[in-house]
Amino acid sequence: MYVAVKGGERAIDNAHRLLAEERRGDRAVPALSLTQIKEQMTLAVDRVMTEGSLYDRDLAALAIKQARGDLVEAIFLLRAYRTTLPRLAVSEPVDTARMTIRRRVSATFKDLPGGQVLGPTFDYTHRLMDFKLAAEADDDAEPCERGEPRQDETVPRVADLLGEEGLIEPEVPRDGDTAEPGDITREPLEFPADRSTRLQSLARGDEGYLLGLAYSTQRGYGRNHPFAGEIRMGDVAVEIVPEELGFAVEIGDITVTECQMINQFKGSKAAPPQFTRGYGLTFGQGERKAMAMALVDRSLRAEELGEDLTAPAQDAEFVLSHCDNVEASGFVQHLKLPHYVDFQGELVTVRALRREHERKEATDAAE
Amino acid sequence: MQPNDATQAQDTLDGYNFAYLDEQTKRMIRRATLKAVAIPGYQVPFAGREMPLPYGWGTGGIQVTAAVIGPDDTLKVIDQGADDTTNAVSIRRFFARTAGVATTERTTQASLIQTRHRIPEAPLTEDQILVYQVPIPEPLRWMEARESETRKMHALEEYGVMHVKLYEDIAHLGRIATSYDYPVRVNGRYVMAPSPIPKFDNPKMDMMPALQLFGAGREKRIYAVPPYTRVESLDFEDHPFEVQAWDEACALCGATDSYLDEVVIDDAGGRMFVCSDTDHCTQRTASREAAE
Amino acid sequence: MTAAAAMDLSAETPLLRVRDLTRLYGDRVGCEGVSFDLWPGEVLGIVGESGSGKTTLLNTLSARLEPSAGTVEYDTRDAGLTDIYQLSEPRRRLLTRTDWGIVHQNPRDGLRMGVSAGANIGERLMAVGARHYGNIRADALDWMGRVEIRDERVDDLPRTFSGGMQQRLQIARNLVTGPRLVFMDEPTGGLDVSVQARLLDLLRSLVTGMRLSVILVTHDLAVARLLAHRLMVMKDGRVVEQGLTDQVLDDPHHPYTQLLVSSVLQV
Repeated sequence: MYVAVKGGERAIDNAHRLLAEERRGDRAVPALSLTQIKEQMTLAVDRVMTEGSLYDRDLAALAIKQARGDLVEAIFLLRAYRTTLPRLAVSEPVDTARMTIRRRVSATFKDLPGGQVLGPTFDYTHRLMDFKLAAEADDDAEPCERGEPRQDETVPRVADLLGEEGLIEPEVPRDGDTAEPGDITREPLEFPADRSTRLQSLARGDEGYLLGLAYSTQRGYGRNHPFAGEIRMGDVAVEIVPEELGFAVEIGDITVTECQMINQFKGSKAAPPQFTRGYGLTFGQGERKAMAMALVDRSLRAEELGEDLTAPAQDAEFVLSHCDNVEASGFVQHLKLPHYVDFQGELVTVRALRREHERKEATDAAE
Repeated sequence: MQPNDATQAQDTLDGYNFAYLDEQTKRMIRRATLKAVAIPGYQVPFAGREMPLPYGWGTGGIQVTAAVIGPDDTLKVIDQGADDTTNAVSIRRFFARTAGVATTERTTQASLIQTRHRIPEAPLTEDQILVYQVPIPEPLRWMEARESETRKMHALEEYGVMHVKLYEDIAHLGRIATSYDYPVRVNGRYVMAPSPIPKFDNPKMDMMPALQLFGAGREKRIYAVPPYTRVESLDFEDHPFEVQAWDEACALCGATDSYLDEVVIDDAGGRMFVCSDTDHCTQRTASREAAE
Repeated sequence: MTAAAAMDLSAETPLLRVRDLTRLYGDRVGCEGVSFDLWPGEVLGIVGESGSGKTTLLNTLSARLEPSAGTVEYDTRDAGLTDIYQLSEPRRRLLTRTDWGIVHQNPRDGLRMGVSAGANIGERLMAVGARHYGNIRADALDWMGRVEIRDERVDDLPRTFSGGMQQRLQIARNLVTGPRLVFMDEPTGGLDVSVQARLLDLLRSLVTGMRLSVILVTHDLAVARLLAHRLMVMKDGRVVEQGLTDQVLDDPHHPYTQLLVSSVLQV
């Protein structure tokens, strides 16, 4: 007799129990603490906060633990939680010129006000496996002398230095930009999307996807001649203006990475030759993402700057509609859901078509 | 009078609002839904939220359900016509936990039915709402990829390309080969994707007494067919729309007028056909046994 | 062809009335101060070198490029002469896909390359409400015949066609709804000479037979001589000379036209 092969409540419960078991792993090994993740998996935490678009190291660490280290899943967890939070206030724009800098490099000037600060970076490390880390007691990392962080000192951005000479376009609203920045968490994405909306989408966008797109522009698919004007990472103050006070109060610091790409521009009928900008910003230390974002941001300005639209990275509708990994991961994986009903429809159609085909062949043969 | 089989929820989730979404968000979704009802078949953009279920797994339907459900509702959730498929179980459980509402598998007892890929066989009534989960809300998508262009085509009623697609089917295959998500025209105006229901279900949409709501979470669109609204499947005069038919009857309940799932029953390729709508099948079997 | 042969001299209003039409790109002139009337059944050739503003003018006339100044009035069936840029977008789009046709130089720009030849011809019919498959197909086959494409190619994709066939298919796709005005942008460009000759022959008989009005952009004076009743010569975005084709080509007044005519072989 036919037994229903469809799943059910018990199957789901059992699957969840198995998942919890696998997440925990060998119980002889101590469980990972959130503090450990927060302190030692910092870049994973940074990425989850950036693409989860919620600055909270503890929640990000929890999400990573719950997701068994699957960062896209962790991002999803954080986003789903974020959506339930009330919006208490909207911050003032952060001023990255007043950043307490931990890293700051420019590829366009050898030296510049504020100096080059290499900071904690993988750059210039030799990628050799460090087997000392594999030893049980691994923590022989020498404590490091840190320079005094420069508090309350403004370090001008490279783009601002160029701006004083008029060599780079001013950062002003363009045609089609709205006075108030858009908000992709409150309004659906619509096209054409102005730059603030595009930047928001890119900031939440999947790092791997943006990296690939940015790379494609460097390989000739919408080339835009970039220079890494400046990359800076450090802490910035977040301020809000409570209505009852009417002036800004600082509510805390966050770590961000900012990248300003400077791109060649030959000028057009309307504009003199000058450099143009691409912009990237992430929570925490996210240099690869910030740089990729800046390249893609600049690519998406092709139309506004009167450049030929030839490459995928210049197509806002294509880039933005597919950059969110929570959306992409969900929809790709929804193919796992049953499609019996649709497939049955296709079966019926294909059988009918085949019958017709056979009949035609038979008649043709008979003739 | 039939016994009420609805299950009262237990173990509701603490720390979250009724039906998960906050009231502001629900209001936003209701506004979009009202607009959708006012313009049958028109896709209303709405600020879809992340849900704790993945995109593509019914987030649009869930948001619509969350916005219209009340404490007195009785909810039924089906996927592929069945109440016990995993995703249906998961969504039903989500609302049992976050809204504490009664749930049922009986089509006739539900006030709210969320569905993926089917319309129940039992006729729906004015007291019911049917919420569809929609993966791709844009029926013109396969002829024109750009949202900016498809919105213009809808606005100007430029629907010639839909028939170009059907023309190609007939020219190459001798018949229209679209078997699910078969495009319809609503109230003589908007061409609409009915979601991937089999075309077998399309005629049920026409002049349906129940309100039909469609939610696409990832694509952030809501659309609707109000009660008693004309829904026509696109076709040609000389190649009229037709639905699937089977030579077999349901092996369990003997139904000859329901959509059948094909089940492989042995290694030798043996097949049997059973109703895709599990409640329909169960009810028919029960009444047959009662009669015996 | 003599100018009067196909023209409807009894018409009281022109089909198209253009006044002081100007299109600027920033400071640069695309076309400037163009005025003319086009009468039912008339073929107007616009000639000039590349960069002379022919294509800008054609795009501005055919509702694809908003002018900076001036008017383009078309004799609509319901309201007479109406400025096409004052029409609502739905009405303008309806006009362009029923009453007008546009034949692009590159057939890929005018064809739907992913669907069969029959669907390409049938699309305009379906767009205006044709819902009988058999009739649509019969019309498609009829038009295939009129543009000399064999019936058995009806279900083939355009990319399996030669350049000349693609161009003929594009013409059929445009003419199937019986338009009154057709814009042609270098319709024989990119084809080799023998193919060109056949296409010109076909165009001439279709235009005469259907009493079409045509605005034809070409840099090829031989094409202009064969098809156009009247010519406008453009240079630097302005019309420097206009008149009956034979007059302009045999007795050019403006120095630029004289240069243009003398620089090509006798046609």
